[in-house]
Amino acid sequence: MEIAREKPVLTAREAGLVGCTRCARVWPMGRRTCGRCGSPLHSRDTTSLQRVWAWWIAGVIAYIPANLYPMLVTRTLLERSDDTIVGGAVELASHGDYGVAAIILIASVLIPVGKFLAIAYLAISVHRGSARSLHAKFRLYEVVEFIGRWSMIDVFVVAILSSLVQLSVVASIRPGPAALTFALSVIFTMLSAQSFDTRLIWDGGRKEGK
Amino acid sequence: MDRDLPPPAQDADLPHSDELMACPTCDALYRAREPEHGAKAICGRCHTVLIAPRRGAGLNIIALSLSVTILVIAATVFPFLEINAAGLGNRTSILDVALSFRSGLLVALSVATVAMIVLLPLLRTLLLLYVLTPVVFDRPPAPHAAGAFRLAQRIRPWAMSEIFAIGCAVALVKVSDLATIGFGPAFWMFALLVVIVILNDSYLCSWSVWKSLEKNRS
Repeated sequence: MEIAREKPVLTAREAGLVGCTRCARVWPMGRRTCGRCGSPLHSRDTTSLQRVWAWWIAGVIAYIPANLYPMLVTRTLLERSDDTIVGGAVELASHGDYGVAAIILIASVLIPVGKFLAIAYLAISVHRGSARSLHAKFRLYEVVEFIGRWSMIDVFVVAILSSLVQLSVVASIRPGPAALTFALSVIFTMLSAQSFDTRLIWDGGRKEGK
Repeated sequence: MDRDLPPPAQDADLPHSDELMACPTCDALYRAREPEHGAKAICGRCHTVLIAPRRGAGLNIIALSLSVTILVIAATVFPFLEINAAGLGNRTSILDVALSFRSGLLVALSVATVAMIVLLPLLRTLLLLYVLTPVVFDRPPAPHAAGAFRLAQRIRPWAMSEIFAIGCAVALVKVSDLATIGFGPAFWMFALLVVIVILNDSYLCSWSVWKSLEKNRS
């Protein structure tokens, strides 16, 4: 519908106002807290990128052991198997459950790795003040924000399996250490995305009047 | 019937800042004008939905929040799933699921899981009830209503009942060739709960709530 129609947009900052990111009310520049909802006001959150990178690094670090250690420890009468995230998906696929294997791979590998790359790209391009494809970048951010929580699926699957499959010697499933580090990685990445001040994306390429 | 809000007409208007709103995601400035019920006002630059009032939203949210509260409590205590294989069986409730990380550091994960699938969704609906009930019945807002609503909006991404529902589906496929699965009453309550939570969120227009909290206070 709207094709590259760049009409001049007046931002609150340019009008000498500061907008509240929680309730959208505007106040004169310089006010510290929003009089309507009580949130702290920042015209632009200058510490945003630092927090984004801090949580991002924590998330990447937690993601490494999440892939090396077992997520699920399955004991049956005959054998004990320790499944990592990828190993578990491969085993599901070898049983013919391609759909579920795909869900696990998408939620636990594709989405987290994609999120790391996307957040890093956005943070770098905001830092450079790049003005290219602002709409695409914002769309990317929205996708990252929306999809991040869904990586928790695998943690919940582990929780359900390990409480349900407790059949003494016949079969039992216990969570492995990767469940914790994977959950931490998802939480850290969500915090990283939430720390992002999206108004910085839109400032890209604008002449900073300050 | 979605449409853009008008930008402020002239610089002369700017001091009347309670008529203006800034898009929270891109800072574009608009003259806040409530669209007709059922329509949405969206930001012309980043297409974020700014205002989306719906007819009878307040009463609907109160009714849905009450049912969420009852369903969460019931779904937590009733049996959720049961499994049978080789003459052995096990039955589990949602609380058992959430508390299934028992050894060592994994306990932290149990705490987080309980929070994400039971406590935070419950806390959020209780906060919404607390904030919206007086406003809907034209009473002055409850004490600390602004703080309560801010908290409710803040915990929204951390309340993960719908994600847990998909997790259930995946887990069921995983064990279905290992054993036979039975569904307890809590399973169906939880399924219903997920639908109601999503419906409830679609009624909530945060701008309208803030506006009414501000209006009724003075």
